[in-house]
Amino acid sequence: MTELRHRGTTENDLQHQQSEDKGSESEGKAEKDGASDSESKPDTGPPGVPVPADDTPEVLNKALSGLSSRWKNWWVRGILTLAMISFFFFIIYLGPMVLMLIVLCVQIKCFQEIIHIGYSVYHSYHLPWFRTLSWYFLLCVNYFFYGETVTDYFSNLVQREEPLRILSKYHRLISFAMYLTGFCMFVLSLVKKHYRLQFYMFGWTHVTLLIVVTQSHLIIHNLFEGMIWFIVPISCVICNDIMAYMFGFFFGRTPLIKLSPKKTWEGFIGGFFSTVVFGILLSYVMAGYSFFVCPVEFNSDRNSFEVDCEPSDLFQLQDYALPAALESLTGWPTLRLYPFQIHSISLSAFASLMGPFGGFFASGFKRAFKIKDFANTIPGHGGIMDRFDCQYLMATFVNVYIASFIRGPNPAKVVQQLLALRLDQQLHIFNSLKTHLTERGLLEEEMWEK
Amino acid sequence: MTELRMRGRGADPDSVSGNKEAAGEDRLGLAGGEGDGDRESNAGTPEVPPSTVDNTPQFLNKAVEGLNPRWKNWWIRGVLSLAMISGFFMVIYLGPIMLILVVMTIQIKCFQEIIDIGYRVYHSYELPWFRTLSWYFLICVNYFFYGETLAEYFGALVQREDSLQFLVRYHRFISFTLYLAGFCMFVLSLVKKHYRLQFYMFAWTHVTLLIVVTQSHLVIQNLFEGMIWFIVPISIVICNDIMAYLFGFFFGRTPLIKLSPKKTWEGFIGGFFGTLVCGFILAYLLAQFQYFVCPVEYNSETNRFTADCEPSDIFVMQKYTFPFAVQNILTWKTVNLYPYQIHSVVLSTFASLIGPFGGFFASGFKRAFQIKDFADTIPGHGGIMDRFDCQYLMATFTHVYIASFIRGPNPSKVLQQLLVLQPEQQLSIFNAMRDRLRDRGILPPAAM
Repeated sequence: MTELRHRGTTENDLQHQQSEDKGSESEGKAEKDGASDSESKPDTGPPGVPVPADDTPEVLNKALSGLSSRWKNWWVRGILTLAMISFFFFIIYLGPMVLMLIVLCVQIKCFQEIIHIGYSVYHSYHLPWFRTLSWYFLLCVNYFFYGETVTDYFSNLVQREEPLRILSKYHRLISFAMYLTGFCMFVLSLVKKHYRLQFYMFGWTHVTLLIVVTQSHLIIHNLFEGMIWFIVPISCVICNDIMAYMFGFFFGRTPLIKLSPKKTWEGFIGGFFSTVVFGILLSYVMAGYSFFVCPVEFNSDRNSFEVDCEPSDLFQLQDYALPAALESLTGWPTLRLYPFQIHSISLSAFASLMGPFGGFFASGFKRAFKIKDFANTIPGHGGIMDRFDCQYLMATFVNVYIASFIRGPNPAKVVQQLLALRLDQQLHIFNSLKTHLTERGLLEEEMWEK
Repeated sequence: MTELRMRGRGADPDSVSGNKEAAGEDRLGLAGGEGDGDRESNAGTPEVPPSTVDNTPQFLNKAVEGLNPRWKNWWIRGVLSLAMISGFFMVIYLGPIMLILVVMTIQIKCFQEIIDIGYRVYHSYELPWFRTLSWYFLICVNYFFYGETLAEYFGALVQREDSLQFLVRYHRFISFTLYLAGFCMFVLSLVKKHYRLQFYMFAWTHVTLLIVVTQSHLVIQNLFEGMIWFIVPISIVICNDIMAYLFGFFFGRTPLIKLSPKKTWEGFIGGFFGTLVCGFILAYLLAQFQYFVCPVEYNSETNRFTADCEPSDIFVMQKYTFPFAVQNILTWKTVNLYPYQIHSVVLSTFASLIGPFGGFFASGFKRAFQIKDFADTIPGHGGIMDRFDCQYLMATFTHVYIASFIRGPNPSKVLQQLLVLQPEQQLSIFNAMRDRLRDRGILPPAAM
């Protein structure tokens, strides 16, 4: 989460009360830019990014026109927060397909925001081809990742349709060819006086793709594991944001890091404990429903997604014996928990401890390029990137966590690879598997050969 | 390949000859001259001071002392080319382990060269922690990739040792943790007046890792497929360099691209055909030896790498019938070829057509940052990156080509994944396989 700007709390804002209209917002921001000028001296180079206009909807402005600036900002922020959270619940209700589309839209918007900052920083609007190339690379990388996802999870559908099957078989080659085309276009577009700018934008585009696109695809992979693996991590990060803010607001005293002067140790620690508690409660509530818990599968007969299965062991209530110390404290001999709740503790711990580093990284980035927010999409909050900067590390962590501790490889994918082997290799594997299963006692020795 | 610098072709005969400074002055003069044009557009970032130390060994200098500077450079370049090619052959002879070590060494050197340029461009030597962090990220990414490779190809060895098994099972988690530690160190090291520089270096490091490290691992994966998949692509790129240079030298007339004024269309097209022929012949020569053709496997009993197998179909000679038109011209009805030679035609085509773009990219990069060469490691040629800039695209192409057209998934990897699944899943797959193999007649039908 971005640091809490001085908007809500400094005396300066009270001086701007004379104009309750849009002008005050941009004046406040301009002053912010002035304050950060002191660190601009050694940075020889690109000037600051021009501040975008404030686009709080008129209706909100009118409704709050009577209040002081400080509380007005607080209310705008609060209302938008509630709006975003309700929207989040709404799309969860709509199901996996809509969720994937939303993830795609958020990814495209984040990419656009970061690239836009690059353009502003380097004044590279007039560079030939560059916008086209950045969007082309985004398209290529998305094509590659979505193709891999479709091949993995929709294998039945892919095998049935002939054009899809060919696209899937040569997928890597096609993706690589598309990327190469973009690469060659870049080389051919190099113009004598603008080499360095063009290389900078090339690098900027690629780093943005690396951060934004790969991790949005990890989110989608998590989603296919079960919607709970999508909802709980995102909720934990949001909860950590809000709780850290609340604790900081009421109890905050000791600054946490020079980079974000509004963060405090009290907020950090309070946020940690409350996020863990919240995570445990949320997982308890969600683990009871198969809608959230089952892997998302594509039913090729009905051409729709469904979540219908026997919940795995993680989502079955189990009895845990409390250690003697806790027993005497609470008077309960055992505790009934879902194993998933224990996993949620690690997820919450990561969200509270590491998530803020993602926020500090984004704060440092904004200070480095002297911008206040990534964009102005959400009134009171800034751009989409401002809201999602902590989510990226979380998405990667959840994906790695699932792969390491929860499940093995995807069985459908293994079967697919198996079917692509030569027959003698298949036989060899079959025999090895038979030996393995017999050793484990899962197969009785049958009368195989006579 | 880097564009042919004016060293060998346009240097004034009356400039100072026979001493080290000539080469250094040449570089300075050239860098100052061509860099002027794009200085206006570069708001702020200063240029990289060109390095002036020439590290041609003394004995070479003495040997060519009497000659004209033009021919002196030509000779030094030629001698070093031969030395590198001989080194290449020797390393091939020494076997796969040496090859892997050499690839790793080259990767580290390329990384160091590019990061060094970044330091000089941004004057960021004094940034706290930054060298440490760049090398730390290099170690993390290498650990990740080498771990994945080891787990795949050394499956038997890994199963035996418990500690290795633990590392393999949680490999991704451990790699991610290592990377996160570096990320947190970066965030904690942000210093108030240097934010922008630090972010630039962070991005520079990551893009370099993306280019250099991932592709060196693709090279190693190609190697495990069979040494021929390592040797032939690299040789083709080298051959294309040399052929294009020779054709350009003797017949060059029409410039190819403004970015590299020394490249010519004649060199490009001549290089294309020359490379096709060379690749064709080389593939024919190498496809006969098991040492080159077989997938490299690790033999856990003898603890060595072996390349020992039944050569697959593409390395078995087959008869191809010519279409009628060609038959009339050549009066041969059929020709005996290895199918691999046809694949080599595709590889040669890629190396000749797209490989140069890698070179243009590197040339553009050097012009953008006003440097003449990536470094001074190889006298007469520049840095290691200068020699390897065309190889990177080739390595990725070869890897994608193999995955798409040559082989399917790796059977031992599939088996390994199978063994990690849940028992119920294993049983259901087992039953499905049994039915399928029975249908195909590979297994005897059920005695029911």
